[in-house]
Amino acid sequence: MQWLADLGRQGRELIESLGRSGQFLAGFLLGVPNARVGFPLLVKQLYFVGVLSLAIIVVSGLFIGMVLGLQGYTILSDYGSESAIGQMIALTLVRELGPVVTALLFAGRAGSALTAEIGLMKATEQLSSLEMMGVDPLRRVVAPRFWAGFLAMPVLAAIFSVVGIWGGMLVGVEWLGVFEGSFWGNMQSSVSFTSDVLNGVIKSVVFGFVCAWIAVYQGYDCVPTSAGISSATTKTVVFSSLAVLGLDFVLTAVMFGDF
Amino acid sequence: MAQRKSDLVVGLFMLAGIAALLFLALQVSGLTPKSSEDSYTLYANFNDAGGLAPRARVSMAGVTIGSIREISLNRETFQARVVIDVSTSVDNIPADSAAVIRTSGLLGEQYIDVSVGGDMESLSDGDTFYSTQSAMNLERLISNFASGQ
Repeated sequence: MQWLADLGRQGRELIESLGRSGQFLAGFLLGVPNARVGFPLLVKQLYFVGVLSLAIIVVSGLFIGMVLGLQGYTILSDYGSESAIGQMIALTLVRELGPVVTALLFAGRAGSALTAEIGLMKATEQLSSLEMMGVDPLRRVVAPRFWAGFLAMPVLAAIFSVVGIWGGMLVGVEWLGVFEGSFWGNMQSSVSFTSDVLNGVIKSVVFGFVCAWIAVYQGYDCVPTSAGISSATTKTVVFSSLAVLGLDFVLTAVMFGDF
Repeated sequence: MAQRKSDLVVGLFMLAGIAALLFLALQVSGLTPKSSEDSYTLYANFNDAGGLAPRARVSMAGVTIGSIREISLNRETFQARVVIDVSTSVDNIPADSAAVIRTSGLLGEQYIDVSVGGDMESLSDGDTFYSTQSAMNLERLISNFASGQ
């Protein structure tokens, strides 16, 4: 019967953890921000979370676009419709790969760093000292990091898509010789701004929210030891990736499923 | 100074995001500020709309003159009723013109081609095409050929 008790305890812990993360979210979302103090902190975090993630996003976007161009060309040229390569690359990137791959890279590059940073602050009791001084660590430490992740994700996803489309054009038009006019023309006639581009942006906003929330919560809730920080960092990457992929299915079903 | 530099870089980062979104809007999705006033509505009834989809182009002599707004089923005649937006700059389509569904390329999307008639009267807002030609159905074509009809 021991395993039954264990199972029950684990289930309870999971639900408790969910409850704590919800309270935590409400705690820093509802805290009234002080624009004069908060804004410079936000800008600083945007630099660490967003600007420093640009390199990995741009390079991955470029190569994914180029691979899409190559693969698409090989398949489409069997049917003599290479000119549809533009719409294939654009739709794949804007609808799916842009938001999803950016979120996965973002969780690995920025989310894990946020967790480790907040976790170490907790382990070295910096968070408790802030509280002792009457500074709310949720507002001072957590909120700027969360909002920075939330704001940086859509920007990074848009840049990823654009670089990917440029990479696809590089391969398709410059290298494999697809006519440039039909590349852009097919793309423009099949990609719609509201149902494709805006839905992609909505996806990346949702992913940004979830990834940033998981990252700051895991850091804030970690066991304050070195082993605890390492397991919290792992959890951030694993949970963020699973949440992104699961949510992507749900969002796609809602946005593009015809039912 | 370090703070001002990071402000600048973050500002550039956000600008890059806005520029990327603008690029997606203008270059990729071909979004052009288009008001609804500069087009008028025509209707066409087809026995078989085939793979025709909303937003597909409507062309005349190979030049795009409008797009399809909506496709629905007419419950009385059991025909497909297609609502077409035609640019007001083309306001002299002869009234006996025919709307023909064609396919661009072998696997391309379907579009409506307006084959020009010779009537002195022209179609105006709310009119319906008098004659239409449905989508070519390859399977029906082959089965007709096989049964010798």
